[in-house]
Amino acid sequence: MCLAVPGKVVRLKDLDMADVEIGGVETEVGLQLVSDVKVGEYVLVHAGYAINKIDEEGAKEMMKLFEEIGELDEIAKLRENDEIS
Amino acid sequence: MNHDKIILAHGSGGKLSNDLLKNIFLKDFTNPILEKLDDMAILNLNGVKVAFTTDSYVVNPIFFNGGDIGKLAICGTVNDLSMSGAVPKYISAAFVIEEGFPVDDLKKITGSMRKAAEEAGVEIVTGDTKVVEKGSADKIFINTAGIGLIESGIDISGSNAKVGDRVILSGTIGDHGIAIMSRREGLEFKTGLKSDCAPLNQLVQDMLQVSEKIRCLRDPTRGGLATILNEIAKQSGVSICIKEEKIPVKEGVGGACEMLGFDPLYVANEGKLIAVVDSIDAEKVLKAMKKNKYGKDSQIIGEIAESPKGKVLLKTFLGTRRIIDVLVGEQLPRIC
Amino acid sequence: MRYLSEYRDPTIAKKLIEDIKKISKKPVKFMEVCGTHTVSISKNGIRQVLPENISLLSGPGCPVCVTANGDIDKAIAIAEAPGVIFTTFGDMMKVPGSYSSLSEKSADGADIRVVYSTLDALKIAKNNPDKKVVFFAVGFETTAPTIALSILEAERQGIKNYFIYSVHKMVPPAMAALLNLGEVKLDGFICPGHVSAIIGSKPYEFIARDHKISCVIAGFEPIDILQSISMLVKQVENGEAKVEIGYKRGVSSLGNTKAQEVMKKVFEACDAEWRGIGVIPESGLSLRTNFEGFDASKIFDVDVPPTKEHLGCSCGEILRGVKLPYDCKLFGKACTPENPIGPCMVSTEGSCAAYYRYGEVVDGV
Repeated sequence: MCLAVPGKVVRLKDLDMADVEIGGVETEVGLQLVSDVKVGEYVLVHAGYAINKIDEEGAKEMMKLFEEIGELDEIAKLRENDEIS
Repeated sequence: MNHDKIILAHGSGGKLSNDLLKNIFLKDFTNPILEKLDDMAILNLNGVKVAFTTDSYVVNPIFFNGGDIGKLAICGTVNDLSMSGAVPKYISAAFVIEEGFPVDDLKKITGSMRKAAEEAGVEIVTGDTKVVEKGSADKIFINTAGIGLIESGIDISGSNAKVGDRVILSGTIGDHGIAIMSRREGLEFKTGLKSDCAPLNQLVQDMLQVSEKIRCLRDPTRGGLATILNEIAKQSGVSICIKEEKIPVKEGVGGACEMLGFDPLYVANEGKLIAVVDSIDAEKVLKAMKKNKYGKDSQIIGEIAESPKGKVLLKTFLGTRRIIDVLVGEQLPRIC
Repeated sequence: MRYLSEYRDPTIAKKLIEDIKKISKKPVKFMEVCGTHTVSISKNGIRQVLPENISLLSGPGCPVCVTANGDIDKAIAIAEAPGVIFTTFGDMMKVPGSYSSLSEKSADGADIRVVYSTLDALKIAKNNPDKKVVFFAVGFETTAPTIALSILEAERQGIKNYFIYSVHKMVPPAMAALLNLGEVKLDGFICPGHVSAIIGSKPYEFIARDHKISCVIAGFEPIDILQSISMLVKQVENGEAKVEIGYKRGVSSLGNTKAQEVMKKVFEACDAEWRGIGVIPESGLSLRTNFEGFDASKIFDVDVPPTKEHLGCSCGEILRGVKLPYDCKLFGKACTPENPIGPCMVSTEGSCAAYYRYGEVVDGV
């Protein structure tokens, strides 16, 4: 019901605004709903506002679960490719 | 028609445009040439095959990254002619200008028309100008028409696709639509994206040089790749199956689509073409396309199948299949 | 794109599918409450890869679809009032009310503008001080805080010509209403990821506790959805019913407390009418009395024609999970995306539009 996309904070601006990069697109986003956002961090953007910070630990935790399902080395290989791309 | 008034979606190249064509225009204007519904008419004038087409340009904003309304007006008509395999020759240009329009802007526009015409090797040989009261038009509208010559032996049409043929796309999709969108009032976002607006006549000639088995050529403008593939599937009475992973999408286009809730398959292009080619010649044509600067990212994205007739299927990255329908209405930015 | 493309990886997807097939024994019905999930499931053909004993139902999770006819009629009446610039998310443009849609009224000359954010609507208000700028405030808990902020911002900047017409709704009360109706027997809920980003996981606990139905909060990429299905299947096979978060990168158990505060400051719960379900107590959000001056429903005294429901439209049953889009006799015939009769066919994330647009095909068709 609610489209929100992960974007990387590239510039903090006045009045709680920031420039956020979403897949090669830069757009101005309101940070009023989140706290202590730093440049380089990822936020979930919905209707022009960051509605949450992306929890990197949470993301890692889930990825670890995927590893447990299958062969470790195969996923590790996928990860490497991800980082390259 | 369920609409008693024209709404914007009637002009978006999707289903309602098609309704308008069938229920209004074809009723009054019908003849065998028009009924083919290709982007151009193919005429036989004293034994010479001539391609003839017209298009109006009302793009907003008129200047955008990668081009302007003038470049678009030339390339669009050159490309429509080229999709019949024709060599474009002469173009007409008619301007509807709103009172108060800056002369300097007009000069910029005619300048880029000249450049585009030079690149495409066409001449602008006739034209017309109308100025209307403020508010009666939005800044400037341009109509161009063009004619080109088709060499004997060339038979390219949306209705020629055969089972087993390959579908080739000449590059990334959605660049034009998103470049335009990024400049719309109230929606501004920054992207390094440029419109792909380009004349494709040389690319088409390069392809014709290496193969006599090119069956269909179309440029996926309004309505995007999905809509044009559907038109080919219907005209030829075949099914088209494409693979999601083979369709090239630039990063900025992907990002903007995620953000606005668009599907790149439906976003407009102005410098891309789709070719349906006999499988024997597909690799050869692909190689020729990759050598041309407007075709360097070409990909074989799928093939023609027998059924379901008139439908386009997409094989997702999960290996599942889904039907790709034509664009319904305009794509509007959405939050849910 | 980071945090997106990893979740579209075919190799991980295949592992998850195998995992689900291995552990899933019982026939189960899961409902995805959120329309964005419905779209993602259809778009990626996820039903085609699930074992036959798992069926997915779509719920009332599209704010566009659940907006009552009468609310759309009123929005249209406000948009047509003299001196009004009516702003809306693109989603609402084509939704038919009893007689017309915003898109048709725009063709008739009403000044209706699509915006991406309330930031844009506020800008329009500032640039047009002689006009009344109304924003059609639609959406669930994800969107409501952003609208609340625009009110606070308008107050701070002294923008006197900005108003909202609020038809905001909240998801957990609708899930409760659905369960209390008792029409569908469910084994699990795929809970909405972005609503939960704001409200956290606690508001779903009554579902697991009182109704013994498993809940997993899911992200929106195909791998997120497969992952949540596998978590639900595990709960069901183990005879458990609890609330789990499968979308850890976006959702914490407490949710976004800052956003909750902003929402509470500006809005209060009110009874709201949901299409297909009727009035659900305390399921809507209206402006608190100290923000009444921004409330378009109080400021504009407009005549709204009596509402009219469309005969034969099954949107109500579809939103309650009682019928599938294919079960509606209008589906794909009288009702198509270009000539929609009900809202489920209009909204991109409406179940009918998703089923129509991504009409899944089985091999060999």
